[in-house]
Amino acid sequence: MIALWIILAVVVLAAIALVVLRRRRRSRVVFEPERAAMPDVLVTSVAPRPEIDDNPSLDRRLASSRSIFERVRSITSVGSLSQDQLDVVEEVLLRSDVGVATTNALLEELRAHGAPDGVATAIRSALLSSFAADRSVRTSADDGRVPVWLFVGVNGVGKTTTIGKLAWHETQDGKSVVLAAGDTFRAAASDQLQLWADRTGADIVRAAEGADPGSVIHDALGRAQARGADLVLADTAGRRANNTNLLDELAKIRRVADRGPGQVVETFMVLDATTGQNALSQAQEFLAAAEVTGIVLTKLDGTARGGIVVAIERELGIPVKFVGVGERAKDLLAFEPEAFVDSLLSA
Amino acid sequence: MFDSLSSRLEQLGTSLRSRGRLSDADLEEALGEVRSALLEADVELSVVRAFLDAVRERVRGENVAQSLTPGQHVIKAVHDQLVEVLGGSALKVTYASKPPTVVLLAGLQGAGKTTAAAKLASWFKQQGRQPFLVGTDLQRPAAVEQLRVLAGRIGVEVYSDTTNPVAVARAGVAEAQRLGRDVVIIDTAGRLTIDEALMAEIRSISAETSPHYTFLVIDAVTGQDAVHTARAFHESLELSGIIVTKLDYDARGGAVLSARGVVGRPVVFASTGEKLDDFDLFHPDRMASRILGMGDIMSLIEQAERTMDAGAMADSAQRMMSGAFTLDDFMAQLNQIRKMGSLGGLMRLMPGMTKEMRSAANNVDDGELDKVEAIIHSMTLRERREPTIIDGSRRSRIAKGSGSSVTAVNQLLKQFDQMKKMMKQMGGGGAPQLPGGMGKMAQMAARAQASRGETVPPGFEALASGMKSGAPSASTTGVPKGKKKKGGRVTPPKQR
Repeated sequence: MIALWIILAVVVLAAIALVVLRRRRRSRVVFEPERAAMPDVLVTSVAPRPEIDDNPSLDRRLASSRSIFERVRSITSVGSLSQDQLDVVEEVLLRSDVGVATTNALLEELRAHGAPDGVATAIRSALLSSFAADRSVRTSADDGRVPVWLFVGVNGVGKTTTIGKLAWHETQDGKSVVLAAGDTFRAAASDQLQLWADRTGADIVRAAEGADPGSVIHDALGRAQARGADLVLADTAGRRANNTNLLDELAKIRRVADRGPGQVVETFMVLDATTGQNALSQAQEFLAAAEVTGIVLTKLDGTARGGIVVAIERELGIPVKFVGVGERAKDLLAFEPEAFVDSLLSA
Repeated sequence: MFDSLSSRLEQLGTSLRSRGRLSDADLEEALGEVRSALLEADVELSVVRAFLDAVRERVRGENVAQSLTPGQHVIKAVHDQLVEVLGGSALKVTYASKPPTVVLLAGLQGAGKTTAAAKLASWFKQQGRQPFLVGTDLQRPAAVEQLRVLAGRIGVEVYSDTTNPVAVARAGVAEAQRLGRDVVIIDTAGRLTIDEALMAEIRSISAETSPHYTFLVIDAVTGQDAVHTARAFHESLELSGIIVTKLDYDARGGAVLSARGVVGRPVVFASTGEKLDDFDLFHPDRMASRILGMGDIMSLIEQAERTMDAGAMADSAQRMMSGAFTLDDFMAQLNQIRKMGSLGGLMRLMPGMTKEMRSAANNVDDGELDKVEAIIHSMTLRERREPTIIDGSRRSRIAKGSGSSVTAVNQLLKQFDQMKKMMKQMGGGGAPQLPGGMGKMAQMAARAQASRGETVPPGFEALASGMKSGAPSASTTGVPKGKKKKGGRVTPPKQR
């Protein structure tokens, strides 16, 4: 059949042709917006950023920055909240990247239920109720099969580093781990994973750049089965979430990993805490393509709060399972909703 | 997922067309929409506030132009303000009189510095320079290796050793000098702005190499944190500009505005894909349209201007509007589309695309064009000029000749007919304004498709309304609506 797209493109093109034609005909064409002197700096004051801490674990950092949380906490009105109070709450949530829709929904809850135990408690419990999903991590497969954790995500979120850290944790627990260097696209990605394998003593299966990622994972499964390994951690190349071809490739990788000796017991979407509203569409696309079972929220040791995971869990029901809070192997923690919510409110 | 801001604003206050000025209440309602849209695009809250104040000022000061609805008036103000804030003064890259010109890149982990370094080197190379790369990221495993591989692809040398980042930077610049390279690009490790030790390190790299340009590399999907990052790096390093990466993602890229808002330095380069040449100077007006969700109609028009042959265009435009559009013209149009790039790329630039449509556009199969062409090529010249003469036996001949089916031929003819009607309407004043007419056409096409029980691409109706919303983008960037109307009369059917 002839795609509607073609028809549309032609019609649009025709329209554009008309526009172009007219632009050429007119002697003076371009509309120049009047250029006032550009403000050198648009904004002079932004919200304060938290203090540095030598041990960037979540709990420690929380203690160091409580300014806006104090503002929220100081609102102790009972019953209904004033507009000013709601504005403060709104600001806190928006600044944490929770997003407009989720913020409005939370504000609506506050408006409806009031704050009988103080605003801080009310907003805290509203946020906590967003984190209702089961966040246990599955480590074992059915009898005779090898459990696989598959890692997906966009470019630069820290997939390879996360795998390295988890390999460290699992080998520390006495498990034998096989790493599958499925990122055959990015230059030197396998080398990066190799270094983690050397550090942690995990086994690694890798292939040349440009090799088929599915075959790398297939080989890793073979090796894991032959050696009786306890867990396979499979890396994939970072990919934008708005390209169906790349998502199809990912779906195929997942099918390969879930076949024969392998069983995908967890598919983690790795998400950078600095990511804004785009994270929601990322989660949607990866969920559809690779049946994401959990999120690893990385780079939480910076100034970003990663509030978008609230929206992701509320709307898509994907739980956050791990958080990354630093570059060392041990800087990967299990996600704790309470600590996270406190951190959001302290932004 | 998001309605485009421009279409939301258009829906507002359409009844107020006759009034010469927006009432305060109308304005605030419109600005509320702008606020949500900016926040959804990840513009930082304080930047949003400052921005809204500026827009308010702008709108209050002006009379509503006759040709614009109040909604469009606000859109125009927002767009102009965005362009002003994003663009204002562009950075002109000049080269040091005593080479090499040193460029330092800084940013968070995973922003895309290493890739940007290689892309920047490639850009300088295209400018006829001899770039040289220095890899000081000794922290991330295999980062230097990544830089070497990328540099190998573009034929640029890389310097690195395993001492320490500051020493590597110093030695790298010296090496470039020795080799007589005129641009040195220093890639650095990703660092968090609150990591004092690493921030001190990049300050010493900067002090040792005294870079002529220091660019912050920032990811287009960054959220509210963009301002903290930008400000912290600016305070440490005195940035000269911003490089934005991953603009090919589906994000609105408000982070760019946030970063620009706090450091007051221009966005210089934008990286729009994984390939090494998906990298170019940044266009503020296009970013503005993107944040507003208006699509990139200027890029479309420019692309058309670059590739279209003026004479042929004038001819076919006139024929289109007089209803004498033939299958030959259709073929010519298809060829134009090919010249302009892939069908998918073209669709992506169209205004008002929803997320679903964008992803559909990413997967448009250019092979469809080949099939259509094959069918038309299998027709005689007379058949192309007068499709009405194509009867059953001709149909089966055409189907055989083109290796397709009679159904496919039927479909093509039917759709061609539809298209012809749309174009006639467009030219014959049936539709008052071009984009509005386009919207109607899209709706017609959608209905036609649906009535045959075929799948309409998801979000198709949105295209119709989106096209309407393309109007203000055109009107703010070069083609005021009123003139378009007038232009429409310049080439009436009777001229032929």
